[in-house]
Amino acid sequence: MAVLLERDAFSPLRTGGDERLARDELRRQIARLERELAGLFTEAFPRLALDTSVPAAAPGPRVADLGELERVRDALAGRIAEARAVLADRAELESRNREALARMLADPAAHKWERISRDDLGEPGCGHWHSRPRLGLLGMLMGWWRVKVSSGCPL
Amino acid sequence: MRAQGGWVAPRIATEFPGLGISWAEVDCRPGKSPEPVRRRLRDLSDRFYGGHAIHMRERPIPWAYRVFFRQIGLEPDGTPTPVERLALERLHDGAFKSHGLPADALSIAIAETGVALRAFDADQLQGPLCIRDSAPGESLAGQPHDLPQGTLVIADERSPVGLLFGADAEGKAVDRETRRIAIVSVQVNGVPQMSVDEALWMVATALEST
Repeated sequence: MAVLLERDAFSPLRTGGDERLARDELRRQIARLERELAGLFTEAFPRLALDTSVPAAAPGPRVADLGELERVRDALAGRIAEARAVLADRAELESRNREALARMLADPAAHKWERISRDDLGEPGCGHWHSRPRLGLLGMLMGWWRVKVSSGCPL
Repeated sequence: MRAQGGWVAPRIATEFPGLGISWAEVDCRPGKSPEPVRRRLRDLSDRFYGGHAIHMRERPIPWAYRVFFRQIGLEPDGTPTPVERLALERLHDGAFKSHGLPADALSIAIAETGVALRAFDADQLQGPLCIRDSAPGESLAGQPHDLPQGTLVIADERSPVGLLFGADAEGKAVDRETRRIAIVSVQVNGVPQMSVDEALWMVATALEST
């Protein structure tokens, strides 16, 4: 142990006070970004599976240096930006699908055979709304269209 | 059970406030888990679903280990934290499968508390355990190459007994000849001491019940 303590006394990590403060700050940022990414990951579930991986800074566990911590911080920030963009795109798509469903419900004949699933709206379950003719072929010829709601799978 | 606190090399402690190691030794032979332990594992399986695994990373203790992994250069999605590895195994296997003692006791405590635990053959350890960085030319017994200098290891007075959150050194792991098991917890910033004590107690009581 004495050898270790002696080695520690001459460690450059210990003498570089400013650098250590910088590493502390980067670690705080990594912790904050990790929390944010975890929140986005759970928010996306189960509609989307977000990739939260970032390249490992080192081949094994070690005190990461400033450059390594910066790379991890930047990669996490990049992942968060990607995740936000994916979630925003998805939210916009779901919003458009909700509007399409409202139009379909208002005028089924104008949306013949269109089908919108709960998944398309970001809702749980596997049901769907389907514009189809009442009484099959007869309804199709007579223009009796309606939106049929499927409750989805039994389980 | 009497938990003992290890030490963290000063410069590592300066870098990672809150990092700690503690352990408890239990007289126990490895082997098939008794029915109460297997039943507890089954009960745990019934309470643990995919949603738990997804939301796990937002809970304080699993999050603390994920953060620490990032901070020491590990990628927690590639090298999962102990509790996340367990969650993945549960989802993959459909249940927490019994692997005998001490593995089952560790699984129960890790899943219940989120604290990182591992076991060593206590008779193969010498002196108090510590977390430190490897010295030049130091290696992990059984590995062909020297450890890169600065690798974080769990060590006893003689040598590294395992990588921090990694492989055990040869001869230090629990095997058929083991008669005394050292349950070791690694605490990181954000993990309450109470959770560490509870985790060690849970493993010790499960092992002592045999």
